[in-house]
Amino acid sequence: MHGKRSRILPYALTLLLSLALTSAGVAADKVIKVGAVYPLTGNIASTGLDCRRGVELAVDIINGKYPDLNLPLAKDAGLPNLGGAKLEIVFADTKGEPKNGQAEAERLVTQEKVVAMIGAYQSSVTKTASQATERLKIPYVCSDSSSPALTERDLKYFFRVSPHDAIFVRDQFNFLRDLEKERKVKFHTIAALYENTEFGSNVGKQILKVAPEYGYRVVADVSYAANATDVTSEVGRLIKASPDVVMHASYITDAILFTKTFKEMGFNPQGITTFAGYIEPGYLPAVKGDGNYFVIRSTFALDLAKRKPLVAKVNELFKKKYGIDMSENAARSFTAPFVLADAMNRAKTTEAEAVVKALLSTDIPGDQVLYPWIGIKFDPQSHQNIYAQGTLVQIQNLQYVTVWPFDSAAAPVIWPFPPWKSRK
Amino acid sequence: MSEQLIQQLVNGLLIGFLYSLIAIGLTMIWGVMNIINFAHGDFLMLSMFISFWLYTLYGLDPIFSIPVCTGLLFLLGLLIYKYLVSKVMTGPALAQLVVTFGVSIFIANAAVLLWTPDFKMIEKPLLTGTWSFGTIQLSIPKVVASAGSVLVSLALFLFLRKSKTGKAILATEMNRNSALLMGVNTDRVNALSFAIGSALVGIAGAFLSMYYYIYPGVGGTFGLISFCIVALGGFGSIEGAFIAGILIGIVQTLGGYFFDPAYKYAIVFALYLVTVWIRPQGLLGW
Repeated sequence: MHGKRSRILPYALTLLLSLALTSAGVAADKVIKVGAVYPLTGNIASTGLDCRRGVELAVDIINGKYPDLNLPLAKDAGLPNLGGAKLEIVFADTKGEPKNGQAEAERLVTQEKVVAMIGAYQSSVTKTASQATERLKIPYVCSDSSSPALTERDLKYFFRVSPHDAIFVRDQFNFLRDLEKERKVKFHTIAALYENTEFGSNVGKQILKVAPEYGYRVVADVSYAANATDVTSEVGRLIKASPDVVMHASYITDAILFTKTFKEMGFNPQGITTFAGYIEPGYLPAVKGDGNYFVIRSTFALDLAKRKPLVAKVNELFKKKYGIDMSENAARSFTAPFVLADAMNRAKTTEAEAVVKALLSTDIPGDQVLYPWIGIKFDPQSHQNIYAQGTLVQIQNLQYVTVWPFDSAAAPVIWPFPPWKSRK
Repeated sequence: MSEQLIQQLVNGLLIGFLYSLIAIGLTMIWGVMNIINFAHGDFLMLSMFISFWLYTLYGLDPIFSIPVCTGLLFLLGLLIYKYLVSKVMTGPALAQLVVTFGVSIFIANAAVLLWTPDFKMIEKPLLTGTWSFGTIQLSIPKVVASAGSVLVSLALFLFLRKSKTGKAILATEMNRNSALLMGVNTDRVNALSFAIGSALVGIAGAFLSMYYYIYPGVGGTFGLISFCIVALGGFGSIEGAFIAGILIGIVQTLGGYFFDPAYKYAIVFALYLVTVWIRPQGLLGW
């Protein structure tokens, strides 16, 4: 026992010393520290890990030389206008809790001395973290939270690159209307099913608001706790209401549980359109074939590569680094570091006021983003990217396939969904 | 309407029986040792992972891994008692409180490190599908798990009432000093209770793995609910935990169905608060 321990000790010491030395070496270079708050442990740790991969690949591309990638700052090493300074991301774990989002954001700014912030995936956490950075006057660029309320607060330092749920909800209704025209079907009733934190309840609110505009009646309004162990009563309510279409805003655990419960209780509406949970990389491996046919809001799908060669190139790098394909979450989180680095580079400083000014004049063309957008340009008041828009994908044969807008679909949507009993 | 009512009642029973089995293990440890095992939910997770890996690596169906899960969790309980819990039993109350908390954090993080936070599911268990009785749908794995829970609870009940060791455990639970004076080896009873409590949650984990997703955080909500069940049933009361588990399962599903699903756990915890207010010792506590 003692012999063993004394042999391990020198190794441990060496490791510690070398770690200390390497970090000292990095500090000697010119680095720009950016904080990133993500749920790295807890209920949705798998999602947080996925976001982190997207951010890390983005930083690799910004810091290295990638002459054949048409992305901001890919061609030069680091930020050329800041003497080739490199980005360094300091990650912090929110455990998916709003209170940690705030505490970790404060710690990153006051102790780690980060000059900007990205993250935090969950809208409820982004909300508190960005309140902290607003108070501390630090720019925050978010490309992975979708609650509309985030850009309705008139914050000075907060910017959002990705589309928000008001846009996504409208997309889903437009999809239904297009489907009615194309397939000569008619929908009358909708059920809103949503988890009850910031993200889900905002989607729910939007569904209830928008449905009447399209002439649909909301026959069930079901909110639930995302960490529920059993959702049979929720599905029971849906069965009783018997809607034509269900719109479901979920995180991953509840998406898995609902899929299983829909099947178990034989719930067969014409179709189910969804938000977030069903597109997590952990979802399909868990539910396998039961995940087929769900329609999901998305900003990214690998089949975009057919029209956007950039998607294939970035996915290739991603696959080389992590051994898996890039998911929607990784693709969303990927963008914030570029927007931030681009603004700092144009501002020629990391000083907050100048960076905010530069962010306001951001104008990244559509061919330099991974998604089918017009580009990135922020609304001067709300700081929401006015060029962001969504698409819909459907799970077909265990693949995410773009199905809407119809003119850019990779395959026709399968509708109505085949009943559970007739599936293999 | 009435069909959905019956369906919800059945669903409540099915989840309730499982809650009971999880909570019985917890209440046993509390009753005998006055120690709250905060790692109870993590034990559940470990058992689910054992079942998952037996299936993935050796193709063993979860129904057959029940004995393995039970045995390994029994052993784990024994080791944790012997090397950690027994050391603080005579120490300050705070140490007794935090020791299992530390175990919980350690297990949860070790699981993330070993198995990643990704979600896993047993793909094709033997028991799958549903029985349909008219419009009522019964999930076969849930029915089997519930029947198993009832049998195990019954077996435990008989063991405690009829066998000599069982009587020694009950005696220690009632009065440690008297039991000691009567010649009961209370340290051995402690170890055994901790191990049996862990084994019970091991059985529950094996059942749950037949139809539930598996990931390092899966024990969280189950753990929380089982604390509530133990308190509602009366700390240390095995019959109490059994009844309270079923009660909470039914209240949860019916509450979610008739009121708002968003508040179903609020209703469950409100029920607990009201019970504690009227009967602080819990339903069957003394």
